[in-house]
Amino acid sequence: MKTFVITCMLYAATSITALQPVQAAEQSDIDLLRQEVDALKTQVNASQATTSTQSAFNPAISLILMGRYANFDNDPENYALPGVTLAEETDPGKEGLSLAETELIISGNIDDKFFGRFTTALTPENEIEIEEALVQTLALPAGLGLQFGRFYSEIGYLNKIHAHYWDFVDQPLVYRAYLANQYNDDGLQLRWLAPTDLFLELGGEAFSGESFPASRPANESVGSYSLFAKLGGDVGVSHSWQAGISYLATQAENRETEEGNVVFGGDDNMIIADLVWKWAPGGNDAQTSLVFQTEYISSNEQGDYTITGNGTNPVDRTNDGWYAQLIYKFQPRWRGGLRYDRLSIEDPGSAFSGTSLDTQGHTPERVSVMFDYSHSEYSRLRLQYNRDESYAVADNQWYLQYIMSLGAHGAHRF
Amino acid sequence: MLKTLFTGLSLLLVTLPVSAALNVFACEPEWASLMQELGSDKVKVFSATTAQQDPHRIQARPSLIAKMRRADLIVCTGAELETGWLPVLLRRAANPKIQPGQPGYFEAAQYVTLLDKPERIDRAEGDIHAAGDPHIHLNPHNISRITSALTNILALLDPENTIYYTHQRDDFLNRWQRAITGWEKQAAPLRGLRIVSQHKSWIYLIDWLGMKEVTRLEPKPGIPPSTTYLTQVLTTLQQQPARAVLITPYQNPQASEWLHSRIAIPVVELPYTVGGDTDATTLFGLFDSTITKLLAVTEQ
Repeated sequence: MKTFVITCMLYAATSITALQPVQAAEQSDIDLLRQEVDALKTQVNASQATTSTQSAFNPAISLILMGRYANFDNDPENYALPGVTLAEETDPGKEGLSLAETELIISGNIDDKFFGRFTTALTPENEIEIEEALVQTLALPAGLGLQFGRFYSEIGYLNKIHAHYWDFVDQPLVYRAYLANQYNDDGLQLRWLAPTDLFLELGGEAFSGESFPASRPANESVGSYSLFAKLGGDVGVSHSWQAGISYLATQAENRETEEGNVVFGGDDNMIIADLVWKWAPGGNDAQTSLVFQTEYISSNEQGDYTITGNGTNPVDRTNDGWYAQLIYKFQPRWRGGLRYDRLSIEDPGSAFSGTSLDTQGHTPERVSVMFDYSHSEYSRLRLQYNRDESYAVADNQWYLQYIMSLGAHGAHRF
Repeated sequence: MLKTLFTGLSLLLVTLPVSAALNVFACEPEWASLMQELGSDKVKVFSATTAQQDPHRIQARPSLIAKMRRADLIVCTGAELETGWLPVLLRRAANPKIQPGQPGYFEAAQYVTLLDKPERIDRAEGDIHAAGDPHIHLNPHNISRITSALTNILALLDPENTIYYTHQRDDFLNRWQRAITGWEKQAAPLRGLRIVSQHKSWIYLIDWLGMKEVTRLEPKPGIPPSTTYLTQVLTTLQQQPARAVLITPYQNPQASEWLHSRIAIPVVELPYTVGGDTDATTLFGLFDSTITKLLAVTEQ
């Protein structure tokens, strides 16, 4: 306001001066005054800009609305992956119209040293789940970064990607079977970024080990830990890639799953390899892009399974599986995608025949095709078809999904 | 004068072997080019994007995180142009020198008057920028203002070379001011030139040269035009004709070409930023080429 008054006064001054007979010397004074007025205007505008450029909201708040219509040939109640026990909320979901999780994300810089993010999921059953409540350091020296709170583990590629940013309605079978879709837990993460042009990041995490596949033994303070390494770079201006390898060690005591009568105790350790390759002509992915993504997970279970009516029997087996997908953006707002999933589950032996751990000699497979349309960066509609051979009876699954985001613009990871 | 020169030279001699060049991460090519003008061999400049890439939509690529990890200074546009990717890079690189609020974090938009500040902040208006339009570099007077601010930052981060940077600034501003005078004289016939924009990319250029934007091909900023909407644009243009459709090298020319096929309006791809065409190798070349291409329209 004060500056505005000064500006007005200066304007008045210039116009009064202009009324008098103008000498050449006075002309330069007028120019000087004009310059000052311009400078003041710039200052006023700059001060206004400073308050609004950082972030329109502080903290940034965004709300993600998701829902869908689903149609299956088989009854989703019968869904199974023979040979493994599924964690809760990992099946294909309800048929018909339903709400998916509604995500509320609040994030921002806490101060110049810390960043915080809170992600909560409101389930269609009206429950509230805290998915993330994390703090990240911004100012540690030497490329070090510390993160603590509850967060998605950095293992694999898809593990820490939020549901609203998935390329398909559902997670790949390897994530469904071995990580209950995504592994998040309360813990601590330390990362180091190498000072090289080639992106190299190394890190490790320690978790309390409360969520599937972990189930912390009462006498342990750290239930699970992980190690990860990521490498990435560009090839020319049109290609970029990232590859990773990670290890997750979990311990379980009385690990219950959806089927309450199957309980695991022991160690479940995993190795994950991932690769993402993105191509966009000239690096301009606003127009066209092609993304190839693949991950392999190997899970080693050592311990014993207790099954009601079947007693306790030891297991030592390695299950693995992989998926590969291709997403093609053929128009600025249209994308098409193809995904193939496959699991190999080791039969735990005759002691388990007839139980849900019996693989029945089946190899789960799935092929998915999707198309999505994004009217803007904030809205997306998707049609997906799965030919799902998770168990012996093949299923045709159709999904029509919407993902809408309100509020702050979410910046996304590679 | 001689003394200043001497001090400058001796400083140069003393500092050259010991001090490593300042690592600068420029979000867009125009800032990389400006940094090169100001810092010359005292800086090592990396441009995160090219003229062929839409600066609103850049992938937070691993290579960019690696570059930012070692940056001493980042020079970006601000005004929410980079909100879709810069915050992720800043967090993942976790480089304390270039976090917002530090001297190593430079937003050009803070030093100029932003045009077209929206009155209504609503996503129904499309991809709008609350602070105002971010394509600020297309008015060369803005470059002058940013140059001064940027020199101050360079002097703050690398005080040993203050005299050098000040000298570079004066030299650049001198050449730049002369160039502006030349462009303004040359561009006199462009006053009142009626044009159509694909995206809202040109408002600073339009404002500077006194051109008139009849309409835009995008119904809302960032929303690609539908055929129905283009038909409306066609009707508008039949009533209020324009001389050319202006597009950037990173925009999809489909809509403009469709319009061209209907009413034979020329589609002119302006360089938009440094590297946008073969002549725009520097900031000087950028404006030379832009004005030449626009003048060609008036001569048709």
